[in-house]
Amino acid sequence: MELAISIITGLMILGALYAIHAKDLLSSVIACGIVGYSLVICFLLLGAPDLAIVQIVVDTITLIIMVAVVLDSSREELYSKQDLQGYISAFTGLVLVLVLLYFFTVSIQSLDLLGKGSLRMAEYYIEGASQKTGSANLVTGVVFDFRGYDTLGEAVVLVTAVLGVLTILRIKGKK
Amino acid sequence: MKGMTLIVKKTTQLIGGMIFMYGIYVIVHGHLTPGGGFAGGVIIAGSMILVTLAYGGDFMKLIREEAGTTIVESLATLMVVFIATSGFFFGTRIFFNNFLPKGIVGHLISAGVLPLYNIFVGTEVAASIFIIFLSLIIYKEESSQ
Repeated sequence: MELAISIITGLMILGALYAIHAKDLLSSVIACGIVGYSLVICFLLLGAPDLAIVQIVVDTITLIIMVAVVLDSSREELYSKQDLQGYISAFTGLVLVLVLLYFFTVSIQSLDLLGKGSLRMAEYYIEGASQKTGSANLVTGVVFDFRGYDTLGEAVVLVTAVLGVLTILRIKGKK
Repeated sequence: MKGMTLIVKKTTQLIGGMIFMYGIYVIVHGHLTPGGGFAGGVIIAGSMILVTLAYGGDFMKLIREEAGTTIVESLATLMVVFIATSGFFFGTRIFFNNFLPKGIVGHLISAGVLPLYNIFVGTEVAASIFIIFLSLIIYKEESSQ
């Protein structure tokens, strides 16, 4: 399973790199779709169907809206020039990658395997959660009972996002 | 906004309602099977986006639809806060108290207030995503006039 996840993660990295460097905006949006749908397969392999359902539906709708927006705007890249700033950015990126790799190799030795170690709080959630909350689905029990404040915050974040969209996308108020 | 061809319209007639019902199923069974308010809400929004894209709509009709959807979204968010606050008046006086009887684990009507949270959060998510889509369409129509 680790091999499959490694291959899919490599595919995601390739898709993300292509999305940055594509000349046409439409192919860039579709390359973003590669990242999202590969993430769905990763979630399914790691045993998280709740996350996989949300991710696949949200990714599809985001892709539809992005394609509709891209088809209505100027798709081609207008100007591209290579100057000193590009080389400086590439050099800074390389240095950052090396520094992060060093800290990764140092910190990976004290970590547990993926999905093996669990926190004290998580053990309390898992033990008899269906008796405490009455819900057969553990995720819903955690999301709406133990972590109710978080869910309320997520709902409020969505409302705020809608308010922002409604404020920006209007023509009458601008005149 | 103009609609699409006859083939797309007929296909939408066949599967649009089924997608909507599937969203309601995912929301209502959120405390039993994988899924829940967020996933089901987005599925319902997807079915409404499908119908709007296939059939199009008048400019005035879209604006009316947006106004109604805004009210639904605000009311659903208020209901979530209201249920959370009403837990304050029963039993242990804390916010987000599960004050209804738990029932038998695995039945459709069980888990106290969790299904109510699922239903209202699902309504709110569906309305939010549909509003974002509608406001994009209305912006395009307005700027092309």
